[in-house]
Amino acid sequence: MATITLENVGKTYPGGAAAVQGINIAIQDGEFLVLVGPSGCGKSTLLRMVAGLETITEGTVRIGDRVVNQVEPADRDIAMVFQNYALYPHMSVRQNLAYGLKNRGTPAAEITRRVDEAADILEIRPYLDRKPRALSGGQRQRVAMGRAIVREPAAFLFDEPLSNLDAKLRVTMRGEIRLLQRRLGTTSIYVTHDQMEAMTLADRLVVLNGGRIEQIGAPLEVYRRPASAFVAAFIGSPAMNLLNATLDNGRLRIGSASLPADVAGSGAVTLGIRPEDLRRTAGRADALHMSVDYVEELGATRLVHGRLEGQKLVCTLSADSTLGDMLALEADAGALHLFDAGTGARIN
Amino acid sequence: MKRTIFGNQLLPWLLLAPQLLITAVFFLWPAGQAIWQSFLREDAFGLKTSFVGLLNYRALFNDGDYVNALGVTLVFSVAVAALSMGLALLFALAVDRMLKTANMYTTLLVWPYAVAPAIAGILWWFIFNPTIGILPYLLDFVGYDWNHSLQSGDAMVLVVIAASWKQVSYNFLFFVAGLQSIPQSLREAAAIDGAGPVKRFFTITFPLLTPTTFFLLVVNVVYTMFDTFGVIDATTQGGPAQSTNILVYKVFKDGFLGLNLGSSAAQSVILMGIVIVLTIIQFRYIERRVQY
Repeated sequence: MATITLENVGKTYPGGAAAVQGINIAIQDGEFLVLVGPSGCGKSTLLRMVAGLETITEGTVRIGDRVVNQVEPADRDIAMVFQNYALYPHMSVRQNLAYGLKNRGTPAAEITRRVDEAADILEIRPYLDRKPRALSGGQRQRVAMGRAIVREPAAFLFDEPLSNLDAKLRVTMRGEIRLLQRRLGTTSIYVTHDQMEAMTLADRLVVLNGGRIEQIGAPLEVYRRPASAFVAAFIGSPAMNLLNATLDNGRLRIGSASLPADVAGSGAVTLGIRPEDLRRTAGRADALHMSVDYVEELGATRLVHGRLEGQKLVCTLSADSTLGDMLALEADAGALHLFDAGTGARIN
Repeated sequence: MKRTIFGNQLLPWLLLAPQLLITAVFFLWPAGQAIWQSFLREDAFGLKTSFVGLLNYRALFNDGDYVNALGVTLVFSVAVAALSMGLALLFALAVDRMLKTANMYTTLLVWPYAVAPAIAGILWWFIFNPTIGILPYLLDFVGYDWNHSLQSGDAMVLVVIAASWKQVSYNFLFFVAGLQSIPQSLREAAAIDGAGPVKRFFTITFPLLTPTTFFLLVVNVVYTMFDTFGVIDATTQGGPAQSTNILVYKVFKDGFLGLNLGSSAAQSVILMGIVIVLTIIQFRYIERRVQY
């Protein structure tokens, strides 16, 4: 159990390319923190820096009260779950689980006890004497987690652990990871590119883009008040609509359409509206008129893709609505997100 | 295994014909000749040939020189395999740690493989030549009087080095490929699991390299038994006092220099038998795909 503190952490490769820059995160004891972002945003690099697999070129990383910049991975008291599981193929599941304990000189009786305990928690006892290749993807995943929990480390680090599983198993394992982490209360950092995984797992999530933090916050907070146009587009499914608009003394103009805005000033802005915040309206004068291109049926709801003043727009409507070629839509003023057209920073 | 069904009965045989022809002309025929000749005895002028059954074989195992050659071959094979594989593994591990210069380093290490065995032999002959060689000259400074034409030990060291030198390149390539097929994350996981570099090598890397290592062991032993003829011929010619007279060189010497064709044929049949056994072991082992 420990806190993990990153102070102004950065990584510059010898060639001069910066992978991550100026990262400040304070992770509470027992917290489940998710690092999320598109590929190449530096999230894995950051995790590997905490693990000690990448050198830290700027700033300090603390685990507990100890600065670990120069500490070997083995001595950082962390356990990591890899994307490809990284199980030792020539060892049985039992040996895989025991390897880390053995290397640390744990007494044999204690190893047996901890391995059996972990095997019970993860329900992998029947496979203890099998080799990893004789296991299914989900079972391998459990073994990889087992290898982390037998060590009883100060922190778990997960590097996209579910991305090799099929969609259904991913959802199940996601739930199991969350449950396990709650039960053990171990501080965890979890890296994923999947915003759904990030939303469902995180106590707090960190959205990274281009090696910098875009936003840190609880999942709902990030969803409701994205700090930038990037976060707005990244978090939420289907993605938020981002429209080019002009702010003009309390009115937002999108082509010939216009909406009331509670922000003063004028100039070009990016207007974000979540598809689920758009609803149909009848007889409202300043309704947004959207031409329908095509419809995706999702069962309970349907996604309507179309155009508003030539710009792409998606809205989520209930499945029983009847559709014409044109839809009149409205959104609450509180559901409008305004971002600076240049920097992408939130305005309202 | 993918099976292809041919409509025409003749076509598969036609497609196989070139390979079968080569095998027949360059292997089955000479091998058959050797087996037949190993039962014959011919006088030195080739005027009279008589069938003697297993006499040639019996004579071989009562011949002190042949038993000596077996021993020499064993020492030579084990030494060459150990030296060339050991060095190759060290080089491969070094390359595996490199990022930028790995390609250049690999290219340079593979070059010796392109040198013909006889030329490699001559190269080492010059380097080790007691009169004009650079190494004896240097060894003289530390008080060692190198002379492989008189000292059996020196001669063995010379042929082992000369034969290993080329083989290091070959082994190196396989070890590099083997190492690259081990996911980096395994070693990282082991590092987090508290295994230091040495322990990581012996508990993770080396066990995962066993298929490569075993394959190379067999290939190297076969190499030392056959392909080292040129090296021996260019350096020591089996001497001094038979101390580097390995089986394949003795086959040549007894047959083409001593003109004892029957004995030479019997020797090559035995040599062939040894290599066939080794190859069978290799295929069985590789098919089981050890470890994982």
